[in-house]
Amino acid sequence: MSDDHGQDHPKHELSYYAKRIYAMRDLLVEKGVITEKDIQCQIEYQEARTPANGAHLVAKAWVDPAFKARFIADAKAACAEIGIDATALNEFVVLENTPQVRHMVVCTLCSCYPRPILGRPPDWYKSFNYRQRSVSDPRGVMREFGLVLADDVEVRVHDSTADIRYIVMPLRPAGTEGWSEADLAKLVTRDSMIGVMDALPMIPE
Amino acid sequence: MGRTVTPAAGRFKTGDRVKVKFEDRPGHLRTPWYIRGKSGWIERVYGDFLNPELLAFGKDGLPKKTLYLVAFDYSEVFGKSQGPKDKVLVDIYDHWLDALA
Repeated sequence: MSDDHGQDHPKHELSYYAKRIYAMRDLLVEKGVITEKDIQCQIEYQEARTPANGAHLVAKAWVDPAFKARFIADAKAACAEIGIDATALNEFVVLENTPQVRHMVVCTLCSCYPRPILGRPPDWYKSFNYRQRSVSDPRGVMREFGLVLADDVEVRVHDSTADIRYIVMPLRPAGTEGWSEADLAKLVTRDSMIGVMDALPMIPE
Repeated sequence: MGRTVTPAAGRFKTGDRVKVKFEDRPGHLRTPWYIRGKSGWIERVYGDFLNPELLAFGKDGLPKKTLYLVAFDYSEVFGKSQGPKDKVLVDIYDHWLDALA
């Protein structure tokens, strides 16, 4: 791909796939299929979706039992109720952790992820290492994230291979009775909604 | 927990014992290799969905296939247990499953 298309390309050496993506982008723009503005709008749309959406849902479910029941019964409707656009998801299912049950989500086939709720997946979620070991050694993966579970706790690893996208609803930490929804949301990390760790015990510095 | 999202025309109901077909063929197969040939049970019936094995090739995805949440014990899949109650759960379409007595 030559530089005379007028697009910005990084100056450093590009990987094979990066070169391919830039070549496709340049051709799509050159042929008038999409515009630079379309690309920028899409980037902004993708970046606007963050784990704050999931944290909002979980914190609200912690403080409002009626909302929690609706969230578990029909997660997409619950999103619409509080202004989160989950319409891009085919189906959306909540996995509720309890003291005796922990859920963990992976997509071993690719990198299926509830992007409207959690934003872009972390690189490790897409790595071969996680995709293999989350299934073959979930307790080992959880240990690396600092979560050590007793043997009699039931670990349920969900391999999201099809049309269903999953979010884990972590346990509400002990000692947070009476906290505001906004403060509780600060405890709900992205990783706790993938299920590799629990919610934070206290608000980070 | 949760609802059956569409009317489900599939052969199985919650609790039925099933075995995943051990098959392979070229295409956009959504059944992971590690679970093929393994036995588990239907944890939940999700409903009928367009068939991704057809959608991936620009076809209409019809007829729809019933999608299930299928649960497996770790000992069945990996020959050893993690915690004794631990399970791996995979979303699998009807045509990949055989009934177990």
